[in-house]
Amino acid sequence: MTNIQLEKLSFECESGNYHTFCPISCVAWLYQKIQDSFFLVIGTKTCGYFLQNALGVMIFAEPRYAMAELEEGDISAQLNDYKELKRLCAKIKDDQNPSVIFWIGTCTTEIIKMDLEGIAPKLEIEIGVPIVVTRANGLDYAFTQGEDTVLAALAQQKISQNQINFIRTIDLKHAPLILFGSLPESVVSQLELELRKQNVEVFGWLPAKRYSEIVPIQKDFYVCGVNPYLSRTATTLMRRKKCRLINAPFPIGPDGTRAWIEKICNVLNIEPNGLQKREKEIWSNLTNYIELIKGRSIFFMGDNLLEISLARFLIRCGMIVYEIGIPYMDKRYQAAELALLEKTCLEMGTFIPKIVEKPDNYNQIDRIREMEPDLVITGMANANPLEARGINTKWSVEFTFSQIHGFTNARDILELITQPLKRNRNLQELGWNQYNTKDK
Amino acid sequence: MILTYWMYEGPAHIGTLRIASSFKKVHAIMHGPLGDDYFNVMKSMLERKRDFTPITTSVVDRHVLARGSQEKVIKNIIRKDKEEKPDLVVLTPTCTSSILQEDLNNFVQRSAFETKADVLLADVNHYRVTESQAADRTLLQIVKFYLNKLKHINKIQLRKSLLPSVNIIGSLNLAFHNQHDIAELKRLLSELGIEINLVVPEGTSVDNIKMLPQAWFNIVLYREVGLLTAEFLENEFSMPYTSIAPIGVIETARFIRKIAEIINMLSPTNNINFENYIDIQTRFVSQSAWFSRSIDCQNLIGKRAVVFGDSTHSAAITKILVGELGIQVLFAGTYNKYDQFWFESEVEGLCEQTLITSDHTLVANLISQLMPSAIFGTQMERHVGKRLNIPCGVISAPVHIQNFPLSYRPFVGYEGANQIADLIYNSFTLGMEDHLLEIFGGHDIQQFDGFSKENQSRKFIPVVEWSSEAKKELENIPNFVRGKVKENTEKFALSKEAQLITLDVIYQAKESFKKR
Repeated sequence: MTNIQLEKLSFECESGNYHTFCPISCVAWLYQKIQDSFFLVIGTKTCGYFLQNALGVMIFAEPRYAMAELEEGDISAQLNDYKELKRLCAKIKDDQNPSVIFWIGTCTTEIIKMDLEGIAPKLEIEIGVPIVVTRANGLDYAFTQGEDTVLAALAQQKISQNQINFIRTIDLKHAPLILFGSLPESVVSQLELELRKQNVEVFGWLPAKRYSEIVPIQKDFYVCGVNPYLSRTATTLMRRKKCRLINAPFPIGPDGTRAWIEKICNVLNIEPNGLQKREKEIWSNLTNYIELIKGRSIFFMGDNLLEISLARFLIRCGMIVYEIGIPYMDKRYQAAELALLEKTCLEMGTFIPKIVEKPDNYNQIDRIREMEPDLVITGMANANPLEARGINTKWSVEFTFSQIHGFTNARDILELITQPLKRNRNLQELGWNQYNTKDK
Repeated sequence: MILTYWMYEGPAHIGTLRIASSFKKVHAIMHGPLGDDYFNVMKSMLERKRDFTPITTSVVDRHVLARGSQEKVIKNIIRKDKEEKPDLVVLTPTCTSSILQEDLNNFVQRSAFETKADVLLADVNHYRVTESQAADRTLLQIVKFYLNKLKHINKIQLRKSLLPSVNIIGSLNLAFHNQHDIAELKRLLSELGIEINLVVPEGTSVDNIKMLPQAWFNIVLYREVGLLTAEFLENEFSMPYTSIAPIGVIETARFIRKIAEIINMLSPTNNINFENYIDIQTRFVSQSAWFSRSIDCQNLIGKRAVVFGDSTHSAAITKILVGELGIQVLFAGTYNKYDQFWFESEVEGLCEQTLITSDHTLVANLISQLMPSAIFGTQMERHVGKRLNIPCGVISAPVHIQNFPLSYRPFVGYEGANQIADLIYNSFTLGMEDHLLEIFGGHDIQQFDGFSKENQSRKFIPVVEWSSEAKKELENIPNFVRGKVKENTEKFALSKEAQLITLDVIYQAKESFKKR
């Protein structure tokens, strides 16, 4: 394993042949987050099949999303896109009366060049519901990047009178701060509370709980991301809205959370107070978990862009990371996170893992067989086959759907990580580790 | 454009992938964008596969849109040929790649020069065929390809086996209880003294396709996948086939008789007669025929049920409910729209109406209108049942992970009949319990919410007022029939132009409905 004894961050790029979720999956958590929204995915049966199966039981809960399934007549332009969308959106308005309809463009609308951005403004006026257009397609993006495209589109929305009325008239001690990234409401409150302890007031979130509650974003506002996959949103806020981006590590793990708050305070000229103590407390609550994972090795195959932050936290916990696979690496947006990763490795006296962009799952499996890591973070397509070969896995998608942000939720991350290891402790004595029927 | 929330069948490429990955040593290369490889997840999750799914995506991205994917696809085919050494590579278009209109066939031919494996392009149109139709076609395509290829070099094994033998066609992965069905069918056939020549495609290598004509005849287990192949083999090699699904004791008997008929036709000296076997199996080995005769099953007679699923299972379950258990089927339906003619002729006279649709809301609406005592359908109907508080037995795909049971749960043959009888019986409220509830006025003290606005809007019946005693009386009626009683009473009241439903009206209504 001499080839991974690195002292500096190194990036590689492979074939891009890896398994991940289609970015349209973001409707699953965004429709729950934005409570007065409706998501219309304009695509084919393939898109519908993915959503139906990936989201499992959610689909039976009469969700506020649907497919506009394209037929042959739509592809060959025998049907008029505008009329078709008008018919569907009018029905959605009648049935659900949402405050906003999101149109999720897919690979198909991209290839047939359906002018969604052009149709939306006209239709918006006709049916009287705002329409936000995004292109969350598999040609360009992976999994969580879907949220990025939606938030970037949302950031560009014109400000309505309603929203202006909603502006909170609070006495600001510092320049307005907008946080961007979709998080469950309880995590939103937790992070706001942590910041309030430092006298930092959050002016607004992108997205908010309701579409009508999104505060207007204006020039010179400070903005800060809570998730590593939001680089388009960050770019949009900087370039279109002339906001100032606070480039911080992400609030994942107690180390990340502290660094995130510190960076925000720093930019806002506030002296952080009691953060060190708070972080220490959290770490001391994690001792049991850390004992279990210390010195163990881990391999990220890469599919949701949370990989750098999670690896950084787990290295701080004493784990050895062999490889960080990641679909897409924005070195500028993740600059502070990458710097913290490097620093963490040096402080923990461990080598700096190789970061593999656009990985090749097939090659990765060869490397996994060679390195024999204690744990592989991977998608469901590879998890069972790896388990059958005696390799412990954790399903990466769970990190996207679990609460992992802030001080409070550090335990949840370790709960996920240690699950397969705990199970092994129970099963080890049975001695059956190999279940595969083929060699490879 | 169609506004859809849910669908019964997947896109065409899923059907192709199910066939390709059911064969041994066949690798599929999917030509599609990132994230379209969700099939691998389903195979690994639902079927809990231990091995990596032999499917690779040749990713369509921006560069491909600009330059075309020729280089990439060919490179991927050759790479997989070297790495996996498959017998066959199937290039599978997706809905995205089919709009690109690249000459995939050309790529296939080009790469075939450099591969040891055979290379085929799956010939399915994404916008015209469903998952099961695509599976049916892909299976035919592969079988035809190998038989044609071998025909030129006279390598097809035409000599029939000495003893009667069959091919089982249409065993494939992610199919409803398929593994158990195949095991049960093999057992049944071995008891009849019939040899299994080949099971295709599950677990068979393409090398063995040349042996297909050795069998005396073919069995198509599920008509959704395999019929085309059976028809081809009949035309090409004069192999008869049966597509009777041996689900339920009556249909199993019909299936066995059909086999006897085929064997006797092929070899008249054989003069096979399975009547004794059928009789003993039905009366003594299998429990289900006796079960439906037993006293407890009398409570099922005249109960009302609805059936929905793929055409094979929906038709078979309807026949069992009506023919074997005396249950009234209000509607039987299928989402295999292309098979409407067959389906309707199979269930003709057995149910009050047929429903041919792929729209799940239509099915749900009809269920809530009819309020049956039990539903037999797919996972979607199970959820409808949950919402309406009606029990549901899952009898067909689409299914969840719990429909891939670890234990032995065939649907075909005599053991299958036992399993289905249990499923049906357990879906209805147990007979005695039902009876006692009616006598003692039920044990549920929950407030009946049938009067809330939300519930009213779902029904088509205009609102009639209920007096307070009448409401109380309604609450005394067991939960599971309450909705039906309420509806019937309201209908009755309307027909009599009564404005207010009193106790009197309830009883009158009850009496009037009893008479029918």
